[in-house]
Amino acid sequence: MLSKKRVITFGAMLGISALALSGCAASTGAGGDVTLTLATVNNGNMVDMESLKGEFEAANPGIKVNFQVMEEGDLRSAVTADVANAAGQYDIVTIGAYEVPQWGANGWLTDLTEGLNDGSYDVEDILPPVRSALSVDGKQYAVPFYGESSILMYNKEILDAAGQKLSKNPTWQEVAAVAKAVKTDDVAGICLRGKPGWGDLFAPLTTVVQTFGGSWYDMNWDAQVNSPAFVEAVTFYKNLLDEAGQPNPVDYSFNECLNALKEGKVAMWYDASVAASFLEADDSPVKGKLAYSHAPVVKTKESGWLWSWNLAVPANTKNKDAAIKFVKWATSKEYHNLVGTKLGWSKVPPGARISTYSIPEYKEASAAYGPITLEVMNAVNPVQPGVNPQPWVGIQYVAIPEFQEVGNQVAQLVADAIAGRTTVKEALDKGQKIAQVAGDAQK
Amino acid sequence: MRKLKNSLITSLTWLIVIIFFFPVFWMFINAFKSEQDASAIPPTLIFEPNFSGFQRLMDRGMADYLLNSLTSSVLSTLIVLLLAIPAAYALSIRPIKKIQDVLFFFISTRFLPAAASLLPLYMIFKSLGVLDNINALSLVYAAMNLPIAVWMMRSFFNEVPMEIVEAAQIDGANFRTELIRIVLPIVLPGIAAVALICFIFSWNEYFLATLLTTSDAKTAPPFLASFVDGRGLFLGVLSAASMVAALPVLIAGWIAQKQLVRGLAMGAVK
Amino acid sequence: MTTQTTAKTSVVKVETQVKKARLSRALILPALIFSIVLTQIPFLVTIYFSTLEWNLLKPTEIKFTWFDNYVAVFEKGDLLPATFATIGITSLAVVFSVVLGLFLAVLLDRKFRGQAVARTLLITPFLLMPAAASLIWKHSMFDSNVGILSWLTEALGGTPIQWTTDLPFLVVVIMLTWQYTPFMMLILLAGLQSQTPEVLEAAAVDGASAWKTFRWITLPHLRQYVEIAVLLGTIMLLQVFDPIAIITKGTGGTKTLSYLLYERAFVGLNVGEAAAYGVVTVLLTIVVATVALRSLFKVFIEGGQR
Repeated sequence: MLSKKRVITFGAMLGISALALSGCAASTGAGGDVTLTLATVNNGNMVDMESLKGEFEAANPGIKVNFQVMEEGDLRSAVTADVANAAGQYDIVTIGAYEVPQWGANGWLTDLTEGLNDGSYDVEDILPPVRSALSVDGKQYAVPFYGESSILMYNKEILDAAGQKLSKNPTWQEVAAVAKAVKTDDVAGICLRGKPGWGDLFAPLTTVVQTFGGSWYDMNWDAQVNSPAFVEAVTFYKNLLDEAGQPNPVDYSFNECLNALKEGKVAMWYDASVAASFLEADDSPVKGKLAYSHAPVVKTKESGWLWSWNLAVPANTKNKDAAIKFVKWATSKEYHNLVGTKLGWSKVPPGARISTYSIPEYKEASAAYGPITLEVMNAVNPVQPGVNPQPWVGIQYVAIPEFQEVGNQVAQLVADAIAGRTTVKEALDKGQKIAQVAGDAQK
Repeated sequence: MRKLKNSLITSLTWLIVIIFFFPVFWMFINAFKSEQDASAIPPTLIFEPNFSGFQRLMDRGMADYLLNSLTSSVLSTLIVLLLAIPAAYALSIRPIKKIQDVLFFFISTRFLPAAASLLPLYMIFKSLGVLDNINALSLVYAAMNLPIAVWMMRSFFNEVPMEIVEAAQIDGANFRTELIRIVLPIVLPGIAAVALICFIFSWNEYFLATLLTTSDAKTAPPFLASFVDGRGLFLGVLSAASMVAALPVLIAGWIAQKQLVRGLAMGAVK
Repeated sequence: MTTQTTAKTSVVKVETQVKKARLSRALILPALIFSIVLTQIPFLVTIYFSTLEWNLLKPTEIKFTWFDNYVAVFEKGDLLPATFATIGITSLAVVFSVVLGLFLAVLLDRKFRGQAVARTLLITPFLLMPAAASLIWKHSMFDSNVGILSWLTEALGGTPIQWTTDLPFLVVVIMLTWQYTPFMMLILLAGLQSQTPEVLEAAAVDGASAWKTFRWITLPHLRQYVEIAVLLGTIMLLQVFDPIAIITKGTGGTKTLSYLLYERAFVGLNVGEAAAYGVVTVLLTIVVATVALRSLFKVFIEGGQR
């Protein structure tokens, strides 16, 4: 008898917990107030957006925005798993130019075309190359929060002190020579990303590979990862890091290099153009001491990448209307004005709207880097960034779903080579196999 | 001579203790520094206390995450106790034949890599609609801690003298009186120890929390990483966040050291 | 008459036995069912997934593929290095922390000023949230710009070590040893303090040196404590994830099985392949565990036998 009672008690207990579960699941989303969950990357412009979200909440009573800020790699896995499983946990996601067309085609993202089509928003004002990268079959699936290319940034004072000069369109050989010449015990010649991850290490490194004449794949989707040009480029990158790069390179990505240049610990830095706005911000110790030039080249005319961080609304969100409202707010002209007046004009998200570049205050604040950003973004060629034609559109990435995985694995191998645990050739031979499997899937 | 040797050993002990404690000490100190001071090299020891780090924690809603941590830790510990006490009682005081197999099963579930069925777990949660649900996370934590709890608890029950139990049974005490009046008081300190350890493990858990929660049910550990800021200095606020997140368990562990030792040494310590 | 009574009592006895066994089972069952539902059912789903060709990024192409995923797992060849990384990190961290823990336990097992405070400070690393510990070590200790370790080596006239680039494996082992030494110390200290003082006094009276007493009396006594410490430490360290995800991202031979599985599942997003990785890892663990566990398991059976 007793035993039965016990069993019933425990059964009831399990039942209660199950009820509690379902009860809780049902209670979210109910009620008048909407809480939007936004997943984003821990870059400066997004942190600004979080600090200004109160303005949106004040203007739209009943809508709260909950920011989930993550490192780039963590963001990618969290958001991809969520969206691919149609879990619908995020109402707004921050995704790159790489994901948008693929996810849009998969039907994972809300088509924003109609929602953006109101006069006050002025969708035509968005930079054309960026906007076209976010559309599939005329449907726009995301809006750029900011757009960027890659440029070379350098500290004039350090270069002048060493008697070095760089042109507006330097070659990698010139850059390497300058890096070695200005390097001292306390100041590294150049900062380059070494953190494993396709979006970290392989963003700059792929552009280097392309201007050296290499590519991930040829027109038949055969992997070219251990081709002589690819090996030469990676070897050049590694040697440059060894001879004149920042210490502890595997720890460094965008943010780390940004700090190093700001603190005067490196003389040059090749990375995203968006960095310039932080370097020229009022609180930056190197404000006004920097110069900018196009991405260094070898065999191509331009070598900058094209990237945008975009806001998109997953197809499964329960709060579509509120989410679109926020997306429009955060990418509007008014938001750019708000950032300018509240946080300083240099912090306005660059590379997203044409009109931004004609705001007088912004022009003044971005005089050093605004024009070159716009110039480079319009000059790069995502259809054929390298020496040879390629079967996809995109510069620093290969626009296939497998690339994320391939890029990450090869990045880890190259990071091992940068740290000297393997040779570049060994790393890339292994990488070639990984890349070939993904290439075969495209044939 | 002997005195000198003694004080030498004492100094050595303290030296090692300080080395071990230093990272924690440094975290505490940095939590009260301005960002400039926290990242200064050479490190600053004298500084003006600055609470802006803690202010930012509050602004970013850390209280909610701490509350989630508390809910999942308490709830999972309660579930574990409810399940483990009867099981341990049966395994110890009224053992059945296949007891070894049962124990072995429990241990082996703890040995198997949780990561192996992670994606399926994620998908099951998704189809039940309980992703980002604090109760669901608590259930997972309970399953994670149950094996160790059963094990530890059983060794505490083993300390109950069989004669007392038998005497009670002869006196006609039914099962419930036997458990509540006689056995539980003896093993109560053991139960406290197990509860403490389960609480600590749940509170500190990062892996499952990162993957199974996003915002509503997110606990403190995954929230910490978001203080690694894109724009420069963040050591101060990161230290403040780490300190606040770690403090409840630190204090509990400091106070209940005896229980901790007892639990970890599995009741072998009398 | 007498025979009848005996028969009756034995029937009653059997009945109570049966009843008792039923009660025992009913008490264990909830815990067992709970465990099975939450740990075994997801695993069954894993086995099923492992036979599918299913990449989350290509939602339209799901099909049954038999064992293709397993072939892919073995062709990729990252399982073996991950196994070595797991074994290497776990065993090094366990050995270092047991040795250090024993040393510290001996040091703390004597009366000195502030003994309780010292013990309290010492156990803190074990209590500190591993995610917090990893972040603090990464950004505040090992960092090449603002890390204390870099500053210290430089202040002492050395060249700063590029910790996370050059020595990621060591970084993880150092952090884990730091975390688990207090844990080992606590258990071993409990062991030391459970020695009967009379035995030690007797040894001293007999003129045994401190070292001999330690070697021949204390160490054998500590054996079962060491075994418990090693077993518990191993169980927890085998699944270690936080410092790898936060500090090294799996570079430089730190990609343990846990991290590999996570990466396959949440970065690769290839459901079928990730599941196959999971199944193979579980089989691997079972093989290792049955060998290691069966021998270590005796500790619990013996230690807990009444």
